[in-house]
Amino acid sequence: MSKIVFKTENLGISFGGLKAVQELNLQIKEKQLYGLVGPNGAGKTTVFNMITGVYKPTTGAFWLDGENLTGKTQEAINHKGIARTFQNIRLFNNMTVIRNVLVGLHNQPEFKCGVVASIFRLPSFFKTEKAMRKRAKEILEIVGLLDERNNLSCNLPYGKQRKLEIARALATNPKLLCLDEPAAGMNPHETEELMEIIRRIRDDYNITILLIEHDMKFVSGLCDEITVLNFGTVLAQGSPEVALNDPEVIKAYIGG
Amino acid sequence: MKFIETLLNGLSMGSTYAMIALGYTMVYGIAKMLNFAHGDIIMVGGYMIFITMSAIGNPILGLFAAVVFCLLLGVTIEKIAYKPLRGASPLAVLITAIGVSYLLQSTAQMIFGSAPKMVLIADLGNLNIGALKLPVYTLVTLGCSIVIMLALSLFVKYTKVGRAMIAVSEDKGAAQLMGINVNGIITLTFAIGSSLAAFAGFFMLLKSPSLTNTLGAMPGIKAFTAAVIGGIGSIPGAMLGGILIGVVEAISLTIPAIAAYTDAIEFLILIIILLVRPSGILGKKRREKV
Amino acid sequence: MATNLKTIKWKHFVNYIAVSVFTIIFAVMSLTGFLKSSDMYMLEKIAIAIILAVSLSMVVGFLGELSLGHAGFMCVGAYLGGKASLILEPIIGEGVLCLLISIIVGGLVAAIFGIIIGLPALRLRGDYLAIVTLAFGEIVRSVFMNSSDESFGGALGLNTPRYDKYTLFIFAFVLVLLCLAVVQNLIRSKHGRAITSIRDNEIAAKATGINVTKYKLLVFTISSFFAGVAGVLYSFSNYTVQSSKFNYNYSIEILVMVVLGGMGSINGAIISATLITFLDVQLQTILTGDLAVLQDLFYALILIILVIYNNAPSLKGFREKYNLNLLLTKFKKTHDPSHVHDDEAKWDRVPTKIQMDEVLSVDIQPQSSYTPDKSDKEEK
Repeated sequence: MSKIVFKTENLGISFGGLKAVQELNLQIKEKQLYGLVGPNGAGKTTVFNMITGVYKPTTGAFWLDGENLTGKTQEAINHKGIARTFQNIRLFNNMTVIRNVLVGLHNQPEFKCGVVASIFRLPSFFKTEKAMRKRAKEILEIVGLLDERNNLSCNLPYGKQRKLEIARALATNPKLLCLDEPAAGMNPHETEELMEIIRRIRDDYNITILLIEHDMKFVSGLCDEITVLNFGTVLAQGSPEVALNDPEVIKAYIGG
Repeated sequence: MKFIETLLNGLSMGSTYAMIALGYTMVYGIAKMLNFAHGDIIMVGGYMIFITMSAIGNPILGLFAAVVFCLLLGVTIEKIAYKPLRGASPLAVLITAIGVSYLLQSTAQMIFGSAPKMVLIADLGNLNIGALKLPVYTLVTLGCSIVIMLALSLFVKYTKVGRAMIAVSEDKGAAQLMGINVNGIITLTFAIGSSLAAFAGFFMLLKSPSLTNTLGAMPGIKAFTAAVIGGIGSIPGAMLGGILIGVVEAISLTIPAIAAYTDAIEFLILIIILLVRPSGILGKKRREKV
Repeated sequence: MATNLKTIKWKHFVNYIAVSVFTIIFAVMSLTGFLKSSDMYMLEKIAIAIILAVSLSMVVGFLGELSLGHAGFMCVGAYLGGKASLILEPIIGEGVLCLLISIIVGGLVAAIFGIIIGLPALRLRGDYLAIVTLAFGEIVRSVFMNSSDESFGGALGLNTPRYDKYTLFIFAFVLVLLCLAVVQNLIRSKHGRAITSIRDNEIAAKATGINVTKYKLLVFTISSFFAGVAGVLYSFSNYTVQSSKFNYNYSIEILVMVVLGGMGSINGAIISATLITFLDVQLQTILTGDLAVLQDLFYALILIILVIYNNAPSLKGFREKYNLNLLLTKFKKTHDPSHVHDDEAKWDRVPTKIQMDEVLSVDIQPQSSYTPDKSDKEEK
């Protein structure tokens, strides 16, 4: 039994009278691939926004490695080890691919180089720059974007932009990586590739992954455990086979 | 007595600011941009009144000419300078608007020179009620602006076009899907805002006849302050903010110790409001979708 | 690869070398008596303009925020530096030491104001921030305007000692080099990447763990420091410092330099600052009276046309077809992307347009006070 890396207890948020998410209890184990599924408007992205500090939950709390991170700022939560991608891609469009990843590496303790050292071009500056570039290339290699590293990120095709977002999130060295619809807009071939990449990230870097996805084949092919949300409440939890065959879930999807 | 005079003076100044603020607030609410050149439309209106007055001598005709010209000018500026940038970054739009403001000011100086022109619209004298001495122009300004603002509120609330404006300010895309001509509504907004600026120019000249190419610059910024205080995008808010700024200004001008700092005080209020409550008194908060 | 690196480094130093060569030539001319004093005054003005443009370009071009208070920071520097020199002069004479101390004083006080104004910058964005900086500039002006005669000279302005005209412009250009070094080294470091990431997508920057607050403050502080330094230079180059000089039109003039140079391009800012100042001085004698305004008219048109050309979504195809960089690469046959050493060569490929988020300043909620319940109730 591996240990629990991330958990939420009674996590909920309401906007005015609308309870967007309520009573969400997640327990994600180390190196697990955890899926968050549900129809449109079920509150999946809202969950991401809560656990990355964009929104403050109105009820409940969440812990990463036993540390309560509820109410911390986005930056602080990222430093603690939760990284994310966005449903509507948010890259640094006017930067090259490698620079996007370099920004992700910014806060890594091994690449520390103060403002003064940078302005005066102390030896530590050159050392850090070199090391950062080396690391960034390694990360780009994982997602298969090494050859694109000098292109502007806005010129990449859609699928590659999604991969770059993953690379950037990966660069922040997270314990929990939250992927918001990583396969959206990808063709079947790219989706296959992506599944492989995600598995490799988990295996090679010991990262736990929480992902939102609509593509059921993707979810059942990849995830060890899923939670199905509808109108902000949990419909079912468990292994994909069990949860997706739950009568409540079928009803929510097909209607009835 | 002195206080009531000051207050009335403040109210009349405030209603002028309110009229300018309405232009800012409507454009901000609907086109989602800070029309930096709005203040300078006032100045253009002032020069139109000056031209008409020198030619015909009738101030009402002057006002009419100013309203028509400003309306056309506002629409033209929107079409040429702002419309191509719809969908571009707000910073680009803002810089263009600054450019337009600069352009209007320098064109006016080119044509009319930098020496102030005297535009004596009418000397309405004073109204004496007991010990109370009220300049008639304050009453005229106050009265006219209340009528205009009421009309505008009713227009937005009860006409089809007005409701379309609200719809566009809420969600451009959705409004378009509902069959609303978004471009038309934006043009209309600029037309209304600019003609209000012409009225404001009229009232400003009624108060003090000196006309230069920077007539509208400072009042413009102050009126923007008013729009922010009231909550940008809100019509009643712009009126409230305008009146507040006007009264603060009038009071501050009567206190010798701080009179010289009046502008600074108003700007300080702006900074404080933006820091404490950026959505203003009557404004609503928006949230960004992540 | 080694040779490649060498050429790239060379490229990075081009602007230092150009400025240095420029300075040395004029310094020699000045010492041999070839330079008229009006030319020296112009060189001082050019140096001041470059410092102002480069420092503003950091805020506008790299952080992606508009500051309309740059003249305000300069005003602080001019008055405080001028005052410092007046106090120091009887003690240590009007030598280099006096100049240096005044510059440090003026710069630091302006930097403190930069922090003060940078604090709101953390909460506000876009239009609102622009207005706050404008308001700040006007407040500063009004305070100095109404100061007592003994403190800062009030409405008549502060009389400052004019520094030796034969050497002041050399000092001024040394300061230009310093400013260039600081700004460029900062921008071309991991911190510069963090700053540009905020410009490109603030939300993503936060989610990537960039300390947005820290970097906005840093940029505002450094930028206002150099605006202050430019102010002190101004006070040394003129006999009086008058608050009316630093109105917001002056801030806009600096903005024109930045926009004309291409936002996000430091070399562009240097060139356009030099060009505009040079033209300013030349035209001053030609265009007199109300004709002088022709120049403003021209600037206004440049501003509008350039911004529309660079940003209009409908002109995107046109821009891509007739791109200057693209035309240049066509001439250079050797250009081959695979030979480019990593990202190095692209450091200066900072875009000429600014991309901010599609949302306005009002859309951003200050994090601390954000409770979804409250704001939504207010919406009703």
